Amino acid sequence: MSHDGHAEAAGLWSRIFSTDHKVIAKQYLFTGIAMAFLGGILAQIMRLQLSNPGHPVPGLGVVQGIKYNATVTMHGTVMIFWVAMPLLLGAFGNFLIPLMVGTRDMAFPRLNMLSYWTFFLSTVVLVSSFLVPGGPSPVGWTAYPPLSAIPAYSGNTWGVHLWILAVALELVAFLMGGINYITTAINLRAPGMRMRDLPLVVWMQIAASIIFLFSVGPLVAGAVMLLLDRTAGTGFYNPAAGGDPLLFQHLFWFFGHPEVYVLLLPGLGIVAEILPVFSRKPIFGYRMIVWSTVVTGLLSFVVWAHHQFVSGIDPRLAAPFSLTTILISVPVAVTLFCFMATLYRGSIEFKTPMLFALGMMAVFLIGGVTGILNGSAAADIYIHDTYFVVAHFHYALIPPVFFSFFAGIYYWYPKMFGRMMNETLGRLHFLGTFLFVNVTFLPMFVMGLRGYPRRVYDPSQFVALGNMGGMQILATIGTAGLLFSQVPLLINFFGSMKRGRVAGANPWRANTLEWLAPSPPQHGNFDEIPSVYRWPYEYSAPGRDNDWYPQHVAPEGALSRKAG
Amino acid sequence: MFDWLPRAASTYAHDIDGLIWLITAIVGVWFILAEAVLVFLIVRYRRRPGHPAAYVTGDRRRQVAWILVPCVAILACDLIIDGASAHVWEKMKQTQPKPELEIRIEGRQWAWIFVHPGPDGRLDTPDDVVKMNEIHVPVNAVVRFALRSSDTLHSLWIPELRLKQDAVPGRTIYGWFEATRTGSYGVLCAELCGAAHGMMRGTLTVDEPDVYRGWVAAEASPPPAAGAASPATTSAASTSPAAPASTPATKGAIAR
Amino acid sequence: MSTPTSPGRPAVPASSPAPYAAPRAATSVPTGRLGIWWFLASEVVIFGGLVTIYVLFRLRHPEWGKLAAHTMTVAGAVNTLVLLTSSLTMVLAHESVERGNLRLASQAMLQSVFAGGVFLVIKAFEYTHEIVQGFTPVAGLFWSFYFAMTGLHALHVLGGLVAILAVRRAVQRGENPHRVEYVGIYWHFVDVVWIFLFPLLYLASRG
Ligand code: HEA
Ligand code: HEA
Ligand code: CUA
Ligand SMILES: [Cu+2]
Repeated sequence: MSHDGHAEAAGLWSRIFSTDHKVIAKQYLFTGIAMAFLGGILAQIMRLQLSNPGHPVPGLGVVQGIKYNATVTMHGTVMIFWVAMPLLLGAFGNFLIPLMVGTRDMAFPRLNMLSYWTFFLSTVVLVSSFLVPGGPSPVGWTAYPPLSAIPAYSGNTWGVHLWILAVALELVAFLMGGINYITTAINLRAPGMRMRDLPLVVWMQIAASIIFLFSVGPLVAGAVMLLLDRTAGTGFYNPAAGGDPLLFQHLFWFFGHPEVYVLLLPGLGIVAEILPVFSRKPIFGYRMIVWSTVVTGLLSFVVWAHHQFVSGIDPRLAAPFSLTTILISVPVAVTLFCFMATLYRGSIEFKTPMLFALGMMAVFLIGGVTGILNGSAAADIYIHDTYFVVAHFHYALIPPVFFSFFAGIYYWYPKMFGRMMNETLGRLHFLGTFLFVNVTFLPMFVMGLRGYPRRVYDPSQFVALGNMGGMQILATIGTAGLLFSQVPLLINFFGSMKRGRVAGANPWRANTLEWLAPSPPQHGNFDEIPSVYRWPYEYSAPGRDNDWYPQHVAPEGALSRKAG
Repeated sequence: MFDWLPRAASTYAHDIDGLIWLITAIVGVWFILAEAVLVFLIVRYRRRPGHPAAYVTGDRRRQVAWILVPCVAILACDLIIDGASAHVWEKMKQTQPKPELEIRIEGRQWAWIFVHPGPDGRLDTPDDVVKMNEIHVPVNAVVRFALRSSDTLHSLWIPELRLKQDAVPGRTIYGWFEATRTGSYGVLCAELCGAAHGMMRGTLTVDEPDVYRGWVAAEASPPPAAGAASPATTSAASTSPAAPASTPATKGAIAR
Repeated sequence: MSTPTSPGRPAVPASSPAPYAAPRAATSVPTGRLGIWWFLASEVVIFGGLVTIYVLFRLRHPEWGKLAAHTMTVAGAVNTLVLLTSSLTMVLAHESVERGNLRLASQAMLQSVFAGGVFLVIKAFEYTHEIVQGFTPVAGLFWSFYFAMTGLHALHVLGGLVAILAVRRAVQRGENPHRVEYVGIYWHFVDVVWIFLFPLLYLASRG
């Protein structure tokens, strides 16, 4: 429609500042991977201090007090906003949506480019906060005021300023991205593609973007107010000036809880693409999955106060929020059970993407059911702010953020880079990751039940709670193992770019439209925009020689569109 | 045997423990069931020659029921959990048994300040016992506390009592507990409150009533000498029979 | 739905990656309009969040009603009229574009820009007046809200002016006339936000 007039100058400049969704996806991917190293190293620093309190961490001295708090804060912030978001939404959302709906690019390519560069700027701001005097923010990833609002309380001025600025920019970046995703999937679908022909991962990306869009606004306002409190001297969160510290908690969690489903849904979407391909079966209950996603999304807006049961809110609010929270188990279970039923009477092939997809489900179940214990207001009085919660959310986050991400990388790598990854290294990577995630985080449930609180740098202080030393050491060993287990992935990921077996357009014999485009797809994706004739999960359809039936293949003879 | 939870030491601790184990049992059964089904499906339907996949979309009514029937059961479990949970919550947070002792607690960077009433059994009198990081209560007595903060958020956290409550600057939050076992327990801070958050801890000492009374008497600031006290206090004490009234009050606060 | 698509242009070699324009609209809504609506949805949540917070605080602090009396109600009322007028001229601009009268459209847009400018000037005058009286953004929570909310709105007005001017320049060259509608939608939104802010911050002073 619009940009046809002028061509951009070719060359390096236009490759870096590209509007091509695939280039932007890779920019998000590599930024996210770099930040995953940072987040992982910060986790390892924390673990070393916790299992060996008071002993210097190599190169950093003793990590105690503000230094430890800053490490926790930056670990949580980096992992949620600079790893999970760019990898799940930035990389996969950008790469997959235009290809899977059969179009040449996003609806607003320039907005898309702006989204990445805003994100990039936010990354620079965040990383620069490591270098300012006083170091990075030590007030927790939740940044509760008054600690975060009054520099004297936290002993940190610039780190927190920059943290708020960076997070606000990051949120704006994904807001722009989200508008693109939603519009593209709604309006740029290939001819013949109905909403119910959308691959589930696209559904999940839209749902995540919509949830994000409707929840983030108040926090953006809240962050600006926090920054004003810190810099201009307003008192929005200062009780002495008539403000209210609890206000920020409401704003944060009104966004923060939906945010966890913003991360979970794309992760589930990736699993939903992989299960049918490697069991050669249609996804079970497409409609049920879509509806349960909608219900999960709606419910996610009315549960936020479950993070605040003991924060001093009106106690009469607890029961209703408990109810909505625990009810979320129903739609989530519908989705998980549909995934399991997809395996039923399938022909399962254990390629690496499938291993990670199955591992995602197995591990997420632990995170899910422990969420119910948190969700009960009365039980949460005991486990709130203990390591039980830490264990819960790592078990809930690591499946979508790492398992699904890895599954997606192994699965779409051939499309992204034109070559296959190595299966042996992939299996090794899976075994190590699966094992060490549990070695790291199972002990944390035990510590949490003993009452050990979060964000505390010296466990040896709490002898009364039982000897946690052994558990701490186990968790630290697990972390080291987990980091070490990523070595095969790194070798595989970078090595396969040159040495991997050349992948054809459709190495997995899959149905969705991205496998019609060459690997990797050229600018513009398709030689000719495909027409769509069926839903994406037509595997092992009766009466056909092939056990797959791509969406774009016209039925023989008939011109009519077969109903899904 | 390994104790999963610290030893319970308050009236409602058993309610919380019971709730935790109830939920664990319910979701535990589902968890094991789900994992078992998952593993079974993975093993049973691994790729074998001669066993092609079936075409099952899950759109038929019978197939939908495979999912929805278990989910109705989950819904029932959810409601059971909610009911049990609301019951315990109400007991702990929405009812206030008649207090026998009132204590004021203030969190600050980085200490807990505990204000115990002195021998007169009342707060805000000169004989109040103010202690840093040290709280004493009699066993088997309902203690009502008023929790405040003078700077950032803190969270009063006494694992053995199963008691956790945030302190919020600008508000006073009331709560209660009744310790059921003498001994001394850790008082922690569970909300990130700055550099020394991890070091902010005190001790709770639960004593027999007479031991407690003795402790209060010993700790109370020396009773105001007539000359030192303000004229108003002196005259009130000397002209009205208010002073003896404090004795029953003290008794009422501790005896049971 | 089953209409054949024009792929926009033939596959372009990767060395000159010019952006692709959205080639089709699977729903009957033009892609740009859809994008604007989703953008506004996100804006609604931002302002909605702020307004909700403000209202909750206001209920807790009835004495703010008296403070609101110190705002310049007349100036605010005039500004309401000014913004409404500018919305009207935007409608005019859109209509003219539809009828193909680009000259009239660009004229109407200029009028909107002028009105928006007047709004900002009046607002600046108000701010000065209030600050001189000592009602600075840190003079109390009411004033913090007042300046934060009207300030954020003023930034949106400013952004709108820039956007309208940009669209106007293109339209004068005959490019992208459909964008007049999109800035128009945005401009109406800015107007509607003001219609909420005005009574909340200026009126209802009998507290
Ligand atoms: C992707 C991330 C993710 C996901 C998916 C979830 C999912 C859930 N979370 Fe979690 N949560 C976090 C990330 C996540 N969470 C984070 C990061 C925090 C901490 C933030 C911080 O404080 O720093 C947190 C904290 C947190 C709390 C606050 C704890 C506290 O601070 O005291 C609560 C309380 O209710 C909670 C509940 C839940 C529930 C009920 C679910 C549900 O969605 C789970 C639903 C799934 C299932 C239940 C499993 C499938 C169902 C079955 C197998 C059927 C059987 C089940 C029953 C019979 C019930 N979470
Ligand atoms: C997505 C989110 C995420 C992830 C993945 C992790 C991962 C880990 N986390 Fe973290 N964590 C949080 C989110 C996350 N965490 C949050 C939100 C908090 C709360 C913060 C707060 O309280 O304010 C927290 C807090 C937290 C604590 C509590 C600290 C405290 O309260 O005192 C601990 C303690 O052990 C911990 C440990 C770990 C460990 C050992 C890992 C390990 O799993 C890390 C291992 C790292 C890797 C496995 C990365 C390697 C991957 C790559 C390098 C990618 C390569 C890819 C390609 C080449 C394609 N985390
Ligand atoms: Cu006080 Cu943490
Ligand atoms: Cu939550």
